[in-house]
Amino acid sequence: MANMTPAQREAHWSKTSRLMWTIMALWFFFSFVIPAFAAQLNNVVIGGFPLGFYMAAQGSLISYVVLCFWNASSQNKIDQEFGVAED
Amino acid sequence: MATSSSNAFVSNLGKIYGGYAGGFIGFVIILAILEQMGVPNKIIGYAFVFLTIGVYAYIGILSRTSELSEYYVAGRVVPPVFNGMATGADWMSAASFISMAGGLYLAGYGGLGYVLGWTGGYVLVAVLLAPYLRKFGQFTVPDFLGVRYEGNTARVCGVIVLFSASFTYIVAQTFGIGIITSRFLGIPFEVAIFVGLLGILVCSMLGGMRAVTWTQVAQYIILIIAYLTPVVWLSTTLYGFPIPELTYGQALNEIAELEKKLGIVKPHVAAYVDAKGQFSWVEFHNFWALVLCLMVGTASLPHILMRYFTTPNVRDARKSVAWSIFFIFLLYFTAPAYAAFAKREVYRDVIGQQISSLPAWVQNWSQVGGLLTIKDGNSDGILQLSEFVINQDIIVLSMPEIAGLPYVVSGLVAAGGLAAALSTADGLLLAIANALSHDIYFKMIDPKASTVRRLVVARALLVIVAIMGAAIAGTRPAGIIQMVAWAFSLAAAGLFAPLVLGIWWKRTTSMGAIIGMMSGFGVCLYYLIATRYFDMPLWFGIRNISSALFGMPVAFIVTWAVSLMTTPPSKEMQDFVDSIRTPKGDLAWVRGSQHE
Repeated sequence: MANMTPAQREAHWSKTSRLMWTIMALWFFFSFVIPAFAAQLNNVVIGGFPLGFYMAAQGSLISYVVLCFWNASSQNKIDQEFGVAED
Repeated sequence: MATSSSNAFVSNLGKIYGGYAGGFIGFVIILAILEQMGVPNKIIGYAFVFLTIGVYAYIGILSRTSELSEYYVAGRVVPPVFNGMATGADWMSAASFISMAGGLYLAGYGGLGYVLGWTGGYVLVAVLLAPYLRKFGQFTVPDFLGVRYEGNTARVCGVIVLFSASFTYIVAQTFGIGIITSRFLGIPFEVAIFVGLLGILVCSMLGGMRAVTWTQVAQYIILIIAYLTPVVWLSTTLYGFPIPELTYGQALNEIAELEKKLGIVKPHVAAYVDAKGQFSWVEFHNFWALVLCLMVGTASLPHILMRYFTTPNVRDARKSVAWSIFFIFLLYFTAPAYAAFAKREVYRDVIGQQISSLPAWVQNWSQVGGLLTIKDGNSDGILQLSEFVINQDIIVLSMPEIAGLPYVVSGLVAAGGLAAALSTADGLLLAIANALSHDIYFKMIDPKASTVRRLVVARALLVIVAIMGAAIAGTRPAGIIQMVAWAFSLAAAGLFAPLVLGIWWKRTTSMGAIIGMMSGFGVCLYYLIATRYFDMPLWFGIRNISSALFGMPVAFIVTWAVSLMTTPPSKEMQDFVDSIRTPKGDLAWVRGSQHE
């Protein structure tokens, strides 16, 4: 294991966990909260698209791609900060 | 490819696959020219099926290997972008390629549950599992369970869940391959299945994961070109702009007006409505349950998770998940446009028309047995909506004709569907055969087996499982889409809790994980079988394609409760978990755990 003191290891893991919970919360929001209001959002029409339909068909999908790339780069920064990123 | 030239191969991947994509487009253009010169459609269909399978076989044979780490994890040299493409092909099956847009056509908003469920799971893979499984760095998913939960009991439980889920899935894929091959080669279904089987085996048998990886990249390129071509073309001709995801809003508007005109009470875009167009809580709950089960299933299916064992390091595993979802997203966010264009066309030019003057594609497809039926119920010579029945599997396949494109595009779409089904079948087959040969044979039956012997056993099992899958698919089991959804539920209920808790909760004990895993899997299986075969009433109206909705919480709660009742894991095990959580450095193996 890379040279971390127990305190550093705990700090590294608590930052990692915080990132995990943040992303899980956004994932939940785009997967379940937005679709729950699909009927209401459908009253908003943008460019011909009812918003509720568009979010489930395209919007949430875009958010998943962004979340995954964001996770990769943020976690990498955390690892570098604690000197545990791979060479 | 010898090992020495394999480094040169990996560093030139961009050029090699760029040339390959260019060559494929050239091949399509040549066929298009031949078609104009009067070459019959049948020959074009043959050219697409045999040439693409030939290319996959060629890659499969070039990638043959006699090294264990090449066979099981492609030598761990696959760069993130290419692993993303391979995962995309591994992931997108006949169900995504052929049936999903058709499902959207029929169900409207309800069908979006599949679109969300089959993409959002990658967020779970990226955050909760992939980097840690890569750090663990062995060969299979049951390997992780065997080490983390100290022993062969956990390993065997893992193999049981893996086998049930992946085998259910592979039967569905083999079935899909049989349908496409038989339709485009004009041979009987039972024969077509075995032709397809050869296509699967030739990719995977000699080179294992290495061959499957490089074939899947090639298959991804074909399937994405094939999926996007007709819909981009249609978007351009209808609305003058080649990005269908932005233009199909106009089609949705036209559909809404046509729905009013035709008196359709269930609008395409309306969320959670029943057949009468009224809001329904049952639909709402089922949508939610399906999305959750498909997402968690994504994060539990071993043939997907094992793709992240092949990247060079943990950082690349994370990046690779992001690329995977990007490449998968390209197809999924196009599917709703596919469905809308098809529906607009049907409502505008088919329904309410004289039956004697329907568009040519309707007449062509109604001649193919049972997939599209037109019955003039009230004999007025005009087609009513209720007199027009279309099977969801032909929406994508008939799109080129709907758009008025040449037959070469139909051949292209068939080649794409075949690529999707073959690549998924290969990944699944390898996941099953590797678990049996590595986890059962090598880890439990003969730990002293030589490399040569292990590879012989792995290949023999591969062939046996493939033949079993084809034999069962040949009996035409009912409900293919249902079987795919069951596979997701079985994996989600059995594997998600022990994998996630094993990494994120150090207090998880072996006893807790084993009992939790088996009770979750058991509840899911019970619900599935009892409702499917013994007419048990549904619990809370939840359909059995979402059985994991009951299995998953059971798995988590039982694991948690039993873990707290048993002795906490040793200090050594906790250090091992710490070492998995840290990208850099060696693993802190627990003494006595079997590893290489």
